Amino acid sequence: MKLHEYQAKGIFADTGIPTPDSRLATSVDEAVDAGRDLGYPVAVKAQVHVGGRGKAGGIEIATDEAELRTAADAILGMDLKGYTVDRVLVESAVDFTDELYLGVTMDRGEGEPVVMVSSEGGVDIEEVAEETPEAIAREHVDPAFGLHPYQARKAVYEAGIPGDVARAVSSVLQTLYDLWAANDATETEINPLMVTADGDVVAADAVMNVDDDALFRHANLAEMEEESYTDDLERKAGEYGFDYVRLSGNVGIIGNGAGLVMATLDLVDYYGGEPANFLDIGGGAKAERVANALDMVFADPNVDSVVFNIFGGITRGDEVAQGINDALEQFDEIPKPVVVRLAGTNAAEGMEILNTELVQVEETLEDAVQRAVANAEEVGK
Amino acid sequence: MSVLVDDETRVVVQGITGGEGNFHAGQMIEYGTNVVAGAVPGKGGQEVHGVPVYDTVHEAVRREDADASVVFVPPAFAADACFEALDTSLDLVVAITEGIPTQDMAKVNRRLSETDTHLIGPNCPGIITPGEAKLGILPGNIFADGNVGLVSRSGTLTYQVVDNLTSRGIGQTTAIGIGGDPIIGTTFVDALELFEADEETEAVAMCGEIGGEDEEEAAEFIATEMDTPVAAFIAGRTAPPGKRMGHAGAIVSGSGTGTAESKIEALNNAGVPVGDTPEEVADHIEGYL
Repeated sequence: MKLHEYQAKGIFADTGIPTPDSRLATSVDEAVDAGRDLGYPVAVKAQVHVGGRGKAGGIEIATDEAELRTAADAILGMDLKGYTVDRVLVESAVDFTDELYLGVTMDRGEGEPVVMVSSEGGVDIEEVAEETPEAIAREHVDPAFGLHPYQARKAVYEAGIPGDVARAVSSVLQTLYDLWAANDATETEINPLMVTADGDVVAADAVMNVDDDALFRHANLAEMEEESYTDDLERKAGEYGFDYVRLSGNVGIIGNGAGLVMATLDLVDYYGGEPANFLDIGGGAKAERVANALDMVFADPNVDSVVFNIFGGITRGDEVAQGINDALEQFDEIPKPVVVRLAGTNAAEGMEILNTELVQVEETLEDAVQRAVANAEEVGK
Repeated sequence: MSVLVDDETRVVVQGITGGEGNFHAGQMIEYGTNVVAGAVPGKGGQEVHGVPVYDTVHEAVRREDADASVVFVPPAFAADACFEALDTSLDLVVAITEGIPTQDMAKVNRRLSETDTHLIGPNCPGIITPGEAKLGILPGNIFADGNVGLVSRSGTLTYQVVDNLTSRGIGQTTAIGIGGDPIIGTTFVDALELFEADEETEAVAMCGEIGGEDEEEAAEFIATEMDTPVAAFIAGRTAPPGKRMGHAGAIVSGSGTGTAESKIEALNNAGVPVGDTPEEVADHIEGYL
């Protein structure tokens, strides 16, 4: 789960990390009121879950009310990489001399958290990481002990942060790690951490993403979660509880288990088709869930053909067959040709139940995919 | 021969009174696995499938001399169950549970590094030595005894590849589902090391997927440390960057790491053929035997 900048900043500020004064606004008038309260110049920042907001035109500086009005009017309602901006953060602009980067994440290769510090903040840190990896100081953290203060200092000094602000930066880094650990974050990040002429530090941005699997123990954060689907079908999948990703092709794909569904997508591509989606019905799906999955895929107007690939472990072939019958028997005419491949637990029982007048049956994964690709070519003509 | 489990492995099932734990304990016993105990706090003294249940893993190990455990405990309590299992110095812990918080697993992994225990999972189908024992949820009937080792990040993809092998008469020494989470106990390298040391394993099939760098590390290990031939499948060639494909670990990050291309290239450079289809993986394995 991703928090908005204003939500993350609220959490950061509560723990003593210096942040600029700011107000959230959902209309141009509210933004103008905020500007009057804060004084100029201000930054107007789109609050959407996309990276690279600045480059995409989602952040503007305003030095007076007229400019603020223009900026807020332009940004509110704008489309940023598929997301409509419905709120902006109006924030006192910071007069800075330096921009730093601080981040905490899980290094999955090491199985340990890592804190990162760079004197080259304010830009895309992934670019810095690729082009000049030595510009980012990294310190791995033993999760049993957390970040020792000396480690925070070490990372800060190794990043070449000037001595007069090193103590303040170390302190922010320590807090950023503690926030990461306390909130089950996957990332906490400040980019840029601005250094002012007076030698103060201010967090001009705030990123906090939280492990979805840990939301059960963070009721306060779970409340901040909001639907961020850009696509109605993805929203529908969310309601059904499916793992679903919409793609641009015309072969609808349903299967059980992430790896097998990914492999089915890859095979569709390999045999010259284009996958329309990734849809994992999960383990142990009952007939109703199977029927819902078919409804989902039929609801995508791009879909010309469907392949249903089940290898039952805890999923039972008879349940799957029943679900396919239930979904298809309600139609006078089957909307799109469906190829079914059933293997594993109770596959034989499933084949007895399956109404083979409504679907095409193939025994192997390869044959099923090839037939579905051929169907898609036929229907798509 | 086999790796990690055989018909002498004495298994305690953590969470044996829950829905999943109960069902799969029954399936494991039916397969012939030597399930000697269950462990569930507050349920000591009960019996499930004729197996005694104890309140703690320690008591189950002490009374029944167990040397392996399978964890079917719900995600909020699963890390604690892993710590409990690791604290009894079992040889093997298999964590089936899906949805354990990543920071919990980092702590479990840290503890694991101080022990001699093998942890498989979490979020995995488990491990099976055909004809001897299965610890987890794999459907026993598709496996056959033989000479191919199998290691995979995905459950159902494991079944698919096993089916491609078994249907042409190629059996398996042991199959290990290592799980699809960002932080797991046994990695590809750990599993490959076990298969390399096993005299009966003549070839290894490896199923990877997008996300992380475990497959790249495996390629390095195969090139420098292995004589046993390996063939691979990598799922997720068509996955778009930034979209999580079901597994918590299966995501191509924005900066381009964890892609199928980089994994396939690394494996090919290590002399490992990567099949375009699961059937092709079986072709390569058949060629090795």
